[in-house]
Amino acid sequence: MNRRSAEESIFKGLMGLSFLAILAALATIVGTVVWKGLPAMNWDMLTKTPSGGFYLGGSGGVLNAIVGSLYLAGGATVASSCLALPIVLGLNVYARRASRLVTFTRFSMDVLAGVPSIVFGAVGYVLMVALGLKASLLAGIIAVALLILPIMIKAMDEVVRLVPQEMAEASAALGATRLETAFLVVARQALPGLATAVLIAFGRGVGDAASVLFTAGFTDNIPDSLMSPAATLPLAVFFQLGSNLPEVQERAYAAALILMAMILIVSLVTRELSRRLSRHNVR
Amino acid sequence: MPEPSTTHISVRNLSVHYGGQPALKNVSVNIPDRKITAVLGPSGCGKTTFLRCLNRLVDTVDGVSVSGQVLVDGEDLFDPAAEVTHIRKKMGLLSQRPYPLPMSIYDNVAYGPRIHGQSDRGELDALVEHHLKLAGLWDEVKGRLRAPATSLSIGQQQRLCLARGLAVGPEIILADEPTSALDPISSAHIEGKFKELRDQYTIVIVTHILRQARRLADYVIFMYMGELVEHGPAAEVFNAPREKQTREYISGVIS
Ligand SMILES: Nc1ncnc2c1ncn2[C@@H]1O[C@H](COP(=O)(O)OP(=O)(O)OP(=O)(O)O)[C@@H](O)[C@H]1O
Ligand SMILES: [Mg+2]
Repeated sequence: MNRRSAEESIFKGLMGLSFLAILAALATIVGTVVWKGLPAMNWDMLTKTPSGGFYLGGSGGVLNAIVGSLYLAGGATVASSCLALPIVLGLNVYARRASRLVTFTRFSMDVLAGVPSIVFGAVGYVLMVALGLKASLLAGIIAVALLILPIMIKAMDEVVRLVPQEMAEASAALGATRLETAFLVVARQALPGLATAVLIAFGRGVGDAASVLFTAGFTDNIPDSLMSPAATLPLAVFFQLGSNLPEVQERAYAAALILMAMILIVSLVTRELSRRLSRHNVR
Repeated sequence: MPEPSTTHISVRNLSVHYGGQPALKNVSVNIPDRKITAVLGPSGCGKTTFLRCLNRLVDTVDGVSVSGQVLVDGEDLFDPAAEVTHIRKKMGLLSQRPYPLPMSIYDNVAYGPRIHGQSDRGELDALVEHHLKLAGLWDEVKGRLRAPATSLSIGQQQRLCLARGLAVGPEIILADEPTSALDPISSAHIEGKFKELRDQYTIVIVTHILRQARRLADYVIFMYMGELVEHGPAAEVFNAPREKQTREYISGVIS
């Protein structure tokens, strides 16, 4: 066997091992959560809020956290979409390509996307106090929105950058304003990617514990206004995992299972949505 | 002797620099009304730049500086007070490769009229049909107007882009090597359309294909390294070029 075919086999072996490692990691995570969480899984977990002694093994479920997480991540996703879309279209349609503002914005987003979420939690807390808010759904939404905004902007920017310049020019040549070009053509062409970006950000927001630790509070009730505190699934996992009662720990895994199922559903919806939205796309 | 025609676009002392590098040097020429004007010259001589000045798409380039005037119907395009969307509405653009918009065949043609305020369904239907017919595409697409524009062949897409440009009601058609990405049959189709449209529109076409220029052009502009070397009625430029560079280009010494 000569040197080059040896290299080839070594690299193939390496690839095989890497694939195995990834599969093993996935199987371990899903396996553990299912194996430990399934025994505690029941209809009550999904449909009931905690009763008095829930955290000591009493009856009830985590509906408060499911709904709280959906409200929080949903609100944060809507809020940051409203900022991300104008920023991304501004970067790509309005600003000059190589301007300092564009470079600086992209650099800041890279930095912000790497900031640990506990920092966003801390900043969110300071902001909350400064705004005179209590730990509440609104404060949590602000913290999570801060966390997912850079992620969403980066994901959107990547797809909008891929829209061919000539396509925007074709629209401009017909006498379209930049606003019309941005929304009717550029955003239209990037739509599947934009939808994916929104849902990636949602997934990140729904699963984050640290940003809501000090800002959203925690409650057994379903939040009935923006000012009431909200429970979240990641914190439900966190608190129950800290218990020394095995049945409560099992419930932590059951809550994690619910969270994972939610993220799985979001991913599947994303894939289907972007497939459908790409019908008219120019490739 | 061809009858002297009126001027539609008057270019005066037009110079363009990209980041300090000259691309067009002091070009002055009158483009005749409702004729086909062919812009010829070797690669990199500034033909695309010249064409993109006529609808101010050149503005979109970073670090570009433009001086001089382009007068259309007596209005200077580069006047700071000129409204760029209004200028571009007067011109249809065909680029080297067709770039359909990410929407259906119907919506591609209706896009221009819609942004310029037409929202009446019946009017739009009529506009779409009329301009698809004008571009010679109607019979091929009338049964599938709602299909994505990308489901068309490249040649059909180029005719769709022609229809889309015509639908905003321009006076001028600008075409940058509009057949270079097309097969011979589609090219012939586009050329045929240009011949039909020359009575109603002022057409400026950049081309590398000398024979195409001979077939189509009424008027010829020959450029070399950013300078306008020669311009005049096609018969004169092709049969009796005054300048050495033009002669060499036409005889294939430089290309
Ligand atoms: N966006 C740009 N930025 C910088 N320089 C440019 C840009 N576009 C064109 N140029 C330069 O300007 C000069 C003229 O280019 P232009 O595209 O107008 O030539 P052309 O005659 O259309 O060439 P071709 O026949 O190859 O299409 C070239 O030297 C080119 O490198
Ligand atoms: Mg060119």
